Amino acid sequence: MSEIRNFTMNFGPQHPAAHGVLRLILELDGETVVRADPHVGLLHRATEKLAESKPYNHSIGYMDRLDYVSMMCNEHAYVRAIENLLEVSPPERAQWIRTMFDEVTRILNHLMWIGSNALDLGAMAVFLYAFRERENLMDVYEAVSGTRMHATYYRPGGVYRDLPDEMPKVAETRWRKGKELERINAWRQGSMLDFIEAFTDDFFHRVDDYETLLTDNRIWKQRTVGIGAVSPERALQLGFTGPMLRGSGVEWDLRKKQPYAKYREVDFDIPVGTNGDCYDRYLVRVEEMRQSARIIKQCIAWLRENPGPVIVRDFKVAPPTREEMKDDMEALIHHFKLFTEGYCVPEGETYVSVEAPKGEFGCYLVSDGANKPFRVHLRAPGYAHLASMHEMAKGHMLADIAALIATQDIVFGEIDR
Amino acid sequence: MIDQLLTLIWTMTKIMIIILPVTIAVAYYTYFERKVLGYMHSRRGPNRVGPLGLLQPFADVFKMLFKELIVPTNANKFLFLLAPLLSLAPALAAWAVVPFDDWLVLADVDAGLLLILALTSMGVYGILLGGWASNSKYALIGGLRAAAQTVSYEIAMGFALVGVIVLAGTLNLTAIVEAQSGNIFTWYWLPLLPLFVIYFVSGVAETNRAPFDVAEGESEIVAGFHVEYSGAGFAVFFLAEYANMILISALASLLFMGGWLSPFSGIPVVGDTFLGEGGVHWFLLKTAVFCFLFLWFRATFPRYRYDQIMRLGWKVFIPITIVWIMVAGVFRVMGWFGG
Repeated sequence: MSEIRNFTMNFGPQHPAAHGVLRLILELDGETVVRADPHVGLLHRATEKLAESKPYNHSIGYMDRLDYVSMMCNEHAYVRAIENLLEVSPPERAQWIRTMFDEVTRILNHLMWIGSNALDLGAMAVFLYAFRERENLMDVYEAVSGTRMHATYYRPGGVYRDLPDEMPKVAETRWRKGKELERINAWRQGSMLDFIEAFTDDFFHRVDDYETLLTDNRIWKQRTVGIGAVSPERALQLGFTGPMLRGSGVEWDLRKKQPYAKYREVDFDIPVGTNGDCYDRYLVRVEEMRQSARIIKQCIAWLRENPGPVIVRDFKVAPPTREEMKDDMEALIHHFKLFTEGYCVPEGETYVSVEAPKGEFGCYLVSDGANKPFRVHLRAPGYAHLASMHEMAKGHMLADIAALIATQDIVFGEIDR
Repeated sequence: MIDQLLTLIWTMTKIMIIILPVTIAVAYYTYFERKVLGYMHSRRGPNRVGPLGLLQPFADVFKMLFKELIVPTNANKFLFLLAPLLSLAPALAAWAVVPFDDWLVLADVDAGLLLILALTSMGVYGILLGGWASNSKYALIGGLRAAAQTVSYEIAMGFALVGVIVLAGTLNLTAIVEAQSGNIFTWYWLPLLPLFVIYFVSGVAETNRAPFDVAEGESEIVAGFHVEYSGAGFAVFFLAEYANMILISALASLLFMGGWLSPFSGIPVVGDTFLGEGGVHWFLLKTAVFCFLFLWFRATFPRYRYDQIMRLGWKVFIPITIVWIMVAGVFRVMGWFGG
C-alpha cells in the first residue's frame, strides 16, 4: 500500500487571487493548509539599485511604482528623506496639500482593498462600486499631476504645482451624454477643492453602502470572523504595521505617534480591533476610510483660506518658474543644472517613515555627498505581512488563503521592489 | 415499419421542439445574466454586438466553437472529452418530463419527478470526471468539491420534494400542478414554505452557482473542474450549467408555485378576466423570476467556504426537511391541503 502524502499545490503566480505575482506553495491535507510557503521576487525591478545610479529627483517616479495603489504616500517617504538631509522644509501650504493627498491616497488604497477583498470572497458588487468611487479620485490625481497613477507630484521642498482652480470636465461621448453627463460633471463645475469636497461629502454614504453589503452579511462574517487571528504581542513580533497591527488591537499610527506634514493639526481617531482576525481588520480599514475623509475635509477648509507658495524658493533644490527662466539668465542656468546634474545632498544618513495605507513605509537614505544616493533602502509594510503567511494560514482551509491574502492587502510592487 | 419510422420522426421532432427553445433560452440567459449583473454593478453589460448587444450570445458561441480544443498532457483523453457530454445530456434529458401546460409535455410519465431526480444526479458525473480527467490539481479539487456538495444537497432537495409528493399524492408533474389548482394560496409554497426555500437554495447549490460556487471558486481554485477546458468543451459545460439553472427554476415553479396556473384565479373580478386563465405564459414568467433570483444571488453574496456549505446542508437543511415532511403528513391526514 502506498503511503498517503499531502497534496502540494502552487497557488500562483498566475492566479486570480494572488494579487499580482505571489507564488504560494501550499501543502494541503485535504482542504486544510498544513504549510504555506510564499515565494517572492517575481516582480523584482531593482528599484533600490536603480536609484543609486541617477540624481535624487529622478527616482521619485520609481516610488509611485512600488506600491502602485498608494502612490503619493511612497513619494512622501522618499521626498521627506531627501528634505531631511538637505535640511529644507516645505512651505505650509505644500504640507497641507501633502496631508490631503496622503489621505486621498489612503482612500484610493482602501477602496482597492475593499473591492479586491470582497471579490476574493466572491462578493462581486462591492468591487465595482469601489472602482466607481476610485475613478473620481483618479481624476483628482490626474487633475493635479497629469497622470492617473504615477503622479511624481511630491518634490523635495514642496509639491510640483498648486491645486488647479478648475476641475477638468468629462467630455461627451456616445456612451456618456445628456443627463448622465450632467450628473458626472455636476461636481466638476468649480475648483478641484470643490470637487474633492463634494466627493468626501458623498463618500460617507458610499462607505455605508459597502457596509450594508458586507458588515452584517452572514456569509461575510462566516468567512472572516476568526480567520487569521493574530495576538497583539505576536503582531508586534512579526513586524506588523498599519491596519494589520491596529486590527490586533495595538493603537499604533505614525500619523499620531510621530506626526509629519500637518497631522499634528488635524483631528482624527485611530480605529483599533479586538480579535485581530480578518473581520476586525476589515472594520478597521472601513473606519479608516471615514477618518481619511474627515481629515480631507479639514485640509480643504485650510487650503481654501490660505493661498501661498507650494514649493521652496531655493533654486538649488526646486526649479524656478518658466516665466523667470525667460528673462533671467541665472534662473535658466539653475534650471539646466537642476535637470541635468541635480543637486548634491550633504553627507549623512536618515530613516524617514510615513503611515502608508498598508502600514509603515520607510525610506533609509545614505548620502556620500554626491548628486546620487549612495544607498536607498525601502521598508515595505507588505513584506513583513507576507512573511507571516504561514503562521496565519496554518490550520485554515484553502478558501481562507484567499481571505488572508486579501486581508494582508498584498501589493507586489512594494514587496519585490 | 412505416409506422415505426413515423413515430421515430415525430418523436425526434418533438425533442427538437423542446431542445431548441431550451438551447436558445440558455443563450439568452447568459446574455440576461450579464446585463442584470452589469446593471446591478453600475455598468452596462454587453452592448457592442448587435443592437443592445443582443447578438452577443451568438458571437460567444462562434468564438467558443472556433477555439482550439486543448487536451492537457497525460489527461485521460476519452474521459476528458466525454465529461462535458455527461453533464449536458441529463440536463437536457430532464426537460422531457417538464410540462409547460396541461397538454404541452413530451413524456407525460407517472414517475416524472423520480426521473428528474435521477437525471439531475447524473450531472455530477460529468463534473467529477472532468475534474479528474484533466490531470490538474485545481480541477481535481474542484471535481471533489462538486461531488461532495452535489451529493449532500441532493438529499436535502430530495426530502424537500418528498413534502410535495406527500401533499400531491403523485409523482406525475402534470398531476402535481393540477393538485395545486384553486388560488394562489392553495399552491404548495404556503404549506411547504420551509421546503420551498430549502428546495430553491439546494437547487442553487446543486447547480454550483454563487454563493455555493466552490466547485468553480474563481478566487480559490481558479475555475475548478473546468479549468483545463477550452473551446467547445468549455461551452458544453457552460450550456449544461445554465440548462440546469433553468431546469431548477422551472421545477420550482411547477412544484411550489403552481406551474401554468394563474395567480389571479379564484380572485373576484380580476380572476374572471383573461388574467385568471392559466397558460404557458404564467409558467414562463414564474420560471423567469426564479432565473432572476439566481443572478441576484450571484451579484450580491460572498462565497461560502466548502465546510460551511456542508454544515448548512447536513446540519440545517436536512433536519428541517425531515421535520417538515412530518408536518406535511399531518396536513395530508387532516386534509387541509390538497389530497
